[in-house]
Parts: sequence; structure tokens; C-alpha cells
Amino acid sequence: MGVKGRRVHVGVVASGDLEVLLEPREDTVSVVTITTRIEGHEATWRSVLERFFARHDKSVRIHINDFGATPGMVGLRLEQAMELCINDNDSHDNGPKTFEPR
Amino acid sequence: MTTTHTTMDQRHLSPGNSFIELRARDRAFSLLDQNRGVELLGPFDRLESRWLEDQGIVAQADDGCVIVLGAVGGKSALIIAIEGAFQGGSIGETSGMKIAHALKLAHMDCEAGTETAAILLLESGGVRLQEANLGLAAIAEIHDAIVTLKQHVPVVAVIAGMTGCFGGMSIAAGLCTHLIMTRQGRLGLNGPEVIEQEAGIQEIDSRNRQIVWRIFGGSQRYEMGFIDTLVDDDIRQINQSIRHILSRPYTAKPLSLCLERYQKRLSRINVPARFDYLPSASE
Repeated sequence: MGVKGRRVHVGVVASGDLEVLLEPREDTVSVVTITTRIEGHEATWRSVLERFFARHDKSVRIHINDFGATPGMVGLRLEQAMELCINDNDSHDNGPKTFEPR
Repeated sequence: MTTTHTTMDQRHLSPGNSFIELRARDRAFSLLDQNRGVELLGPFDRLESRWLEDQGIVAQADDGCVIVLGAVGGKSALIIAIEGAFQGGSIGETSGMKIAHALKLAHMDCEAGTETAAILLLESGGVRLQEANLGLAAIAEIHDAIVTLKQHVPVVAVIAGMTGCFGGMSIAAGLCTHLIMTRQGRLGLNGPEVIEQEAGIQEIDSRNRQIVWRIFGGSQRYEMGFIDTLVDDDIRQINQSIRHILSRPYTAKPLSLCLERYQKRLSRINVPARFDYLPSASE
């Protein structure tokens, strides 16, 4: 289902970390693109994403820039992005934004 | 005494106050009035480096450079924050041009009657070697833009984190009107790793943190008079220092008029004769 919320950016392309860009979509399809230097591990990526979408039945567009993050780290960043996307009342993503340490 | 120290340590260690612990975007917003501002060319504009992918390096959506326009102490201000965690805060074609053009926009604001000061949060090893001349060209544009902008408004540099500020961006820091550092920050033209690589380990052992910080560290830079303000790693203190600078009347004073100050400083230390060519300030 479509999701009400704002687009969210979390994380940084630094050792063991990743950057997640998450945008709500109106229709019933989610689109995920991943850029990573680590070859292989397709099954691991797939299971991390399947677990994420099993928890959140939402339509979003996600882009990941990965710098060798562990599956646990990837899961936490995705959860963080979705949480901010849904819960943040500060909706105008291009407008004034409030600082929250994270 | 013990009690006092414990209290101080707790304050210094409090994660809620640390500026260094914040990522570039949060650092930028933490300095603005009500922590509100507008980000220019943010990650969703996807202005990534064009050159990293071919070299097997994953790019970042904002190229490690965050530009936010807002107010500081009620005055219009532009915050430029470099993300030290991405590629060592190195300046490539994209991140460099973002900085240079943001500074030019601030200058256009000033010319149009809205004084917009610039605050640079520097966390950079210098030019991104993978982008070679394009990065160097961008850094040259940054230098030019700082020199132009500081005719109108203060251009404040903050060097907070352990990455420090080296190479072309240390020259950028030197061109700023005010420099703020933490003890954890480092500032130098050539970084210790580069010196060790070029001149050998007998010149400097870059893994010896004590020696490195004694040469490049914030305390040393402050005692030598190279920077204006030494602060704790504390969001509030950095905010106060910046607001203090912006609240005072600003008169542009080029470094070439500060020769006397630097000559006096040089005369206090044992300087080789080759510095004798410096003209006196009256000339």
C-alpha cells in the first residue's frame, strides 16, 4: 500500500556503514536499487529486504549506497529510515527542517 | 578536586553535547537558529561524483558536502559542512563546486543587500586524488570565492573532528576571517601521513598520536596564534563562539595588513634568515 510520509536520508557511505535514500510511493510496488562494491551476497541482500518488507507493508522507493555494511547494519538503517519517514511531522522535505541528532 | 573533575568529564563525555559525534548534516543544522534551515542540493538531488564508480568506489548522494541556508543569531548565514567520514572529507569536482557556488550565492546576497555570512565546517584531507585536477580547480574556486566574500561578511571556519583540515582546504581555512578549533582538531598544509611518506619516518611518525597532535593539534595552533578560538567539543560552545563573531561589527582586514603580527611572532622563535625578506608593516 502507499505510504504517507516524507522522503528520508540516513547514514553515510563510510566503512561498515551505508546511505539509505527512502521515498514514499503512491502505488503498490516498491523499488529498491543498491550500489555496493562488495560482489556476491545477493541472497543475503534479498533476505534482509524481504524481512524489512515483511515488517512494513508499504510502497517505497529505496536507494542504497553501501560501503561494506553488515546485514544487521543494513537492517537498522532501513528501519531508521522508515521510522523517520512515517513518524516525522516535519513534512516539507525541501522546506525548513528541524535538527535531530541521530 | 576529584568531584570537580568527575563533573567536567561527564559534561565532556555527554553524547548529547558532542559536536564531533554529529554527521555533517546534523552539524550544519545544530548551528542554525531553532535548528531550522533549507538544504541546497541535498542528497535527493543526487549530485554524485561522476568519477568514483569507474574506480570501484561507491559514491554518496551529496558527494560528502552539505549546504544549508538559514539564520544564525538572527542574521542570514550559509553553513557548509564537509562529511569527514566519506572519502576522508576529500574535495572532488562536485563537492568542491557545491562549496564554491554556495559561497558565490552568499556573495550575490551581500551585493543585493542581504548580508549572508558563511560558516565552513571543515573536515577534509584536501583534494580527492581520484578526481585530480578537477578537484584542484574546484578548490581554487573555493579560495577565490572566500576572498571575494570576506570583503562583505565574516567567513568563519570550524575545524572540529579528528580528520582535521589539510592540503588545499587548509589554505581555504587560512583565507577565512575567523578560525575556531577543538583540541581534537588538526590543521596543517601537509598531513602527517604525507610527510612520513615523502620525507621518511625519521621526519615524523604519523602513527605517534602525541607527536602528531603536538604539531597539528588545536591547542598548538591556538598557542601559536594561528587560530582565534579554542573550544571544547561542545555544540553550545561552538554556537556561542560563532554568534559572538557574527554579533560584532565586521571590518574586512586582509592578511597582508597583519604582517606586523606575524613578524612579531616569528621574531620570538628561532627563525632562519630566509624570512628576513618580510617587509615591515609600515612599508
